Amino acid sequence: MSEVTIIDSGGANLASLEIAFRRLGATTQITDSPQEVTRARRVVLPGVGAATPCMKRLYRSGLAALLPTLAQPVLGVCLGMQLFYQYSEEGPTSCLGLLPQTVRGLAPAPGRPIPHMGWNTLHHLQSDPLLEGVREGEYVYFVHSYGAPVSTFTIATAQYGLPLSAVVRRNNFWGTQFHPERSGSTGVQILKNFLRL
Amino acid sequence: MRFRDHRIAGAILELVERYRAEGADEIVFYDIAASPGGRTVERLWVHCVAQTLDIPFCVAGGIRSLADAEEVLYAGAEKISINSPALENPMLIDVLARRFGSQCIVVGIDSQRTPAGHQAWQFSGDPKRARSSGRSVSEWVREVQNRGAGEIVLNCMGNDGVRAGYDIEHLRHIRSLCRVPLIASGGAGTLTHFRDVFIHAEVDGALAASVFHSGELSIPDLKDYLQSSGIPVRPSVPEAA
Repeated sequence: MSEVTIIDSGGANLASLEIAFRRLGATTQITDSPQEVTRARRVVLPGVGAATPCMKRLYRSGLAALLPTLAQPVLGVCLGMQLFYQYSEEGPTSCLGLLPQTVRGLAPAPGRPIPHMGWNTLHHLQSDPLLEGVREGEYVYFVHSYGAPVSTFTIATAQYGLPLSAVVRRNNFWGTQFHPERSGSTGVQILKNFLRL
Repeated sequence: MRFRDHRIAGAILELVERYRAEGADEIVFYDIAASPGGRTVERLWVHCVAQTLDIPFCVAGGIRSLADAEEVLYAGAEKISINSPALENPMLIDVLARRFGSQCIVVGIDSQRTPAGHQAWQFSGDPKRARSSGRSVSEWVREVQNRGAGEIVLNCMGNDGVRAGYDIEHLRHIRSLCRVPLIASGGAGTLTHFRDVFIHAEVDGALAASVFHSGELSIPDLKDYLQSSGIPVRPSVPEAA
């Protein structure tokens, strides 16, 4: 059995996530089969692009109903994390409903172009196995135009105009708004931590 | 070097490893002879680089269609940058942005100062075919954003490779029109050039090639310098803030 099962959400970052896990010596598979996902040791929900087509894809494959019922560790990356929420303004579309809030569009402002694209720092880190060895102020790589508000599920924040959820957790579901697969050694640390869950 | 004098910059994969270790924030691979030569970047090469890198990685060079873009992104690139093909067929930007999202669609613009103002240049990689697209850079910057470009790399051709500094005035003007991330390119020669372009043109990133390839400037020195000049940068060696 593969150590990491990556859901084929149709996005363009499948390859970079898979390569990143393989670089750490993990075996991987990419699938959209509910049977495979049910059996998976760990699940990664990537996502690049827009929320609506991604949700449509999850409904078509039957994964939209399955994902919230999973008990193994699940990591949502970028749009994958946003899909954990109740609702996204992007579309708009309803999402998986694991987290009660709404994902909203980031507001452009002088000196703050949208998308929020580039390296930014992590703050307000909570003690969590996914963030083991990651310190306040470390840089990670963000690319997004929508964001999730800070809530009780937030275990790290980032500041882009308003504070945003950079890492969230609810039970066995973890999400990162940034791309750990493109975040240098800090990202590597987070992916390693995920492989230990 | 100016576009008319292409230099081979040594074993590319070795460079990639070196820049990654030194703390580069993003690496862009330009196959600048691809568009004029009617070919696309080598897929296998993209794949090899993607195996090595855990930082963002952008590929530019002759990406002319959805299928071209798909191949490069699925080979592991984070972003694709299009230049001449977008000038030939602006709809390509819309198509790619709809399919992959704006965040991975970079539009590169080669800006040349002319008596009629700054114009977007086409096929800059080939001295025999390089010519003006007839579009003003300002207009083109507005248009590509409306079509869904998620980032603009503005290469100031007169400055490219001469190491006399970025074209601050032009970049500042484009900054005022640009609501997506803007990356300055062309002209970096010294540490102060980088500082000045961040402070005076308020760009989101600064791209340079020859000063790093030649070893004239090192990325850790540059980052230390920028940090001490009050410009927030990701440290070369990760450390707590």
